[in-house]
Amino acid sequence: MAIGCALGVILSRNPVKSVLFLIATFFAISGHYVLMNAQFLAVVNIIVYAGAIMVLFLFVIMLMNLNADAEPQKSRLVQFAAVLSGGALFLVIIAALKTASAGTGSGTSIDSSGDIGLIHNLGKVLFKEYVLPFEVSSILFLSAMIGAMVIGKKETVPAASTETK
Amino acid sequence: MGVLMRRNAIIVFMCIELMLNAVNLLMVAFSKMFGTSDPQIFVFFIMVVAAAEVAVGLAIIVMMYRKVHSVDINILNRLKH
Repeated sequence: MAIGCALGVILSRNPVKSVLFLIATFFAISGHYVLMNAQFLAVVNIIVYAGAIMVLFLFVIMLMNLNADAEPQKSRLVQFAAVLSGGALFLVIIAALKTASAGTGSGTSIDSSGDIGLIHNLGKVLFKEYVLPFEVSSILFLSAMIGAMVIGKKETVPAASTETK
Repeated sequence: MGVLMRRNAIIVFMCIELMLNAVNLLMVAFSKMFGTSDPQIFVFFIMVVAAAEVAVGLAIIVMMYRKVHSVDINILNRLKH
């Protein structure tokens, strides 16, 4: 289902429909996280992606007002190359997964203690061993936010300053 | 595949998001398989980087749309001149 929705993202003509397919894909992936005992990541995935990023995408699409335009297609050769490279990557992944499943079938013990992904243990690991990357990522977030504001405002600020002059 | 096939810049961004999510799913599968919680931390940081990247990228797209009134990525060829 996730793969079908992802194909819908790529193949649908309308950008708004594409965004809706993307939301469905994220919910399907969150379902996979829950199935793999990663409840914290499932919740974070829904909040961050389906909540914030998709609203951002929809906002930009509505802002640009391009929800029904016919996008000019690329040439046949480029399309064929894209499909070919995607299919080749898919084949490589399938081949790798075949050997991997054969390896696990022969007796690798899968640790199925279900408390890895709970927020209690994950928080302990995050704030004991990964404190420095956590702080660095917060600084990255701040700089990205400021950068987005600067890029977005660049058009309006000189116009306003010239108007005031 | 979507990055190569489409010309709408927003859809290219969504396909990049899809690729990052594929990596996240693989990491969670590894964490389930090996019984450690380190990959889930990595997934968390990948989400952080993806969110920052989307913010900056959408700002760039908005600026480009204001300049040339299009989101066609072939127009970026003009940056060469």
